[in-house]
Amino acid sequence: MAGPFNWLAQILSIAVFNLRTLPQRVGSSLTAIFGIAGVVAVMVGVLSIAQGIMRTMERSASPENVVVLRSGANSEMMSILMGDDVRFVSEAPGVAREDGDALASPELYVIIDRVKKGSGTDANVPLRGITPPALEVHKDFRILEGRMFEWGLNEVVVGVGARGEFEGLEVGDVIEVARENWPVVGVFDANGGIAEAEIWVDAAVLQPAYQRGNSFQSVYARLESPDAFQAFKDALTSDPRLNVKAMREADYYAEQSGTLYTLITTLGTLIAVIMGLGAVFGALNTMYTAVASRAREIATLRALGFHSGPVVVSVLLESVLLALLGGVIGALLAWWAFDGFSAATLNWSSFSQLTFAFDVSFALLVNGIVFALIIGLVGGLFPALRAARMPIANALREQ
Amino acid sequence: MNETVEDGAVSGLVAVRGVDKVFKRGSEEIHVLGGLDLDIPEGEFLALMGPSGSGKSTLLNLIGGLDRPSQGTIEVADERIDNLSNRKLAAWRARHIGLVFQFYNLMPVLSARRNVELPLLLTHLSRSERRKRAEIALDIVGLSHRMSHFPRTLSGGEQQRVGIARAIVTDPTLLLCDEPTGDLDRTSSGEILDLLQALNREQGKTIVMVTHDMHAAERASRTLFLDKGRLSLEPSV
Ligand SMILES: Nc1ncnc2c1ncn2[C@@H]1O[C@H](COP(=O)(O)OP(=O)(O)OP(=O)(O)O)[C@@H](O)[C@H]1O
Ligand SMILES: [Mg+2]
Repeated sequence: MAGPFNWLAQILSIAVFNLRTLPQRVGSSLTAIFGIAGVVAVMVGVLSIAQGIMRTMERSASPENVVVLRSGANSEMMSILMGDDVRFVSEAPGVAREDGDALASPELYVIIDRVKKGSGTDANVPLRGITPPALEVHKDFRILEGRMFEWGLNEVVVGVGARGEFEGLEVGDVIEVARENWPVVGVFDANGGIAEAEIWVDAAVLQPAYQRGNSFQSVYARLESPDAFQAFKDALTSDPRLNVKAMREADYYAEQSGTLYTLITTLGTLIAVIMGLGAVFGALNTMYTAVASRAREIATLRALGFHSGPVVVSVLLESVLLALLGGVIGALLAWWAFDGFSAATLNWSSFSQLTFAFDVSFALLVNGIVFALIIGLVGGLFPALRAARMPIANALREQ
Repeated sequence: MNETVEDGAVSGLVAVRGVDKVFKRGSEEIHVLGGLDLDIPEGEFLALMGPSGSGKSTLLNLIGGLDRPSQGTIEVADERIDNLSNRKLAAWRARHIGLVFQFYNLMPVLSARRNVELPLLLTHLSRSERRKRAEIALDIVGLSHRMSHFPRTLSGGEQQRVGIARAIVTDPTLLLCDEPTGDLDRTSSGEILDLLQALNREQGKTIVMVTHDMHAAERASRTLFLDKGRLSLEPSV
């Protein structure tokens, strides 16, 4: 008898006058909307941190670059490579060359203490000793302000991220390293990569200051092409003189940020779920109130012959609509407040500071809104079912 | 009760047979109707009277398919309705029953015309056809000039006339009114009763009306009294 058109007409007409009664329920509806908006904003905000860290790591990596560490070392901090190791790595097949010189950059990596802006507490900053090939290997490196340090002098250049996060890292400032004063002569950026959180200095200056002799911790090398990686890696692992491991830069950074990414994502999801539960109760409350205040109207409609299906759907529709509104507000709020907002966090591999920008991506916004819709559906379902199951005769008796 | 018609032209439109209705309130059982029989011939205007709580609304709800009996059968227009599924019952109500409530139960956010149009959403009538029928129904109850008014701007009597227009717009088999004048003053009550009487006499509508008002009951073609779960021709003292 009643075709789908009929159902649609029923749903539509009930939904329309449900919505027309909204002004009488502004208070509780706004509570639900903003409750959901808050949840979505926090969820998108937190997840954008993880996203931002991931993007920083991705930006740090070039497809043809490799990192070589000592076997068993998970990060530069734990690795050591002697002068001979460095030489064998530079000579390995697949390493790009320029004017006969291998594009392989042996690097030192130490941690120094600096005072954080804002909190005034000490935090770790990576101090990287580089050699001239570094400027060819890390091709995103670019001096923004001041100048590059002179090779052989105890001058440093500071990444923009580090300068933003710590006190006393402006051009002209002086930092104390191993009880010596080293002037800051320049500020650099690296396409938003992780290097921007570091301070760079000539490795030949850093080695004696830290009594490292002729040792390094890592070799960053540019290969002739990304495809050359397997041959390069095989050559290193099969060389009996070497005890090292080679990774693509992208894999290395992904591994470095993996723990942090997982931690933040898990935490963010957990927070979102807990807050989401709260919002579900808010929505439940709103919709129960809505249903209760219209119990007579709903009963009357059903007495007239309206099916309970359209009643359920129309209540759900209203709750989902409120949730959608909340979701969109929350997503916009997060986007406006967090996108590109720069912050620093601990790099869990080196225990040094990692600067990154919150990355509120479109996908994240969509996720947030979908989450809001789920809240709306769950929050509307039970009140809708109650509305549909209420015995008509009882509801009509209540005045 | 008295007439047990087998078949034929004067066969009852409504046949209630041996109906019990028991409500459960917690562990307590309330026996409202017990072994009740009732026949309503087509074209009758029946008034139901009885003390408060005697089960008049309960009986009306059973006849209107808003509730089911605990025991017994109910037939309306040769169709058993006591064992229909909820879904079928809803469709059945839309087709056969016009309901008039004591407190009108109009949708406050809809205009008078929209309120009257509401039951027509359950039919396959076109938009313009629905509109036309709603206007005719409002004309019958004498409210053509209040078509676009909202319930809160109408008097009680006017709201009840909108309620009656909504009840008759689908041309139902049976018009069920639960204390239709219970909330109205004498004059408005008189007008509503005139209207119901006219619907019964001029259009042949079968009407069951629950009322507390002796004067209202006098307009009906028959009055039955409900007490202690049973119907009788005389009020019990
Ligand atoms: N859904 C229900 N649950 C429990 N008890 C009910 C229910 N509906 C009705 N009753 C009880 O059944 C009895 C009859 O109720 P009903 O509403 O039919 O009386 P009535 O004759 O219409 O009374 P009134 O003149 O006051 O409207 C009352 O005692 C009432 O409390
Ligand atoms: Mg009653």
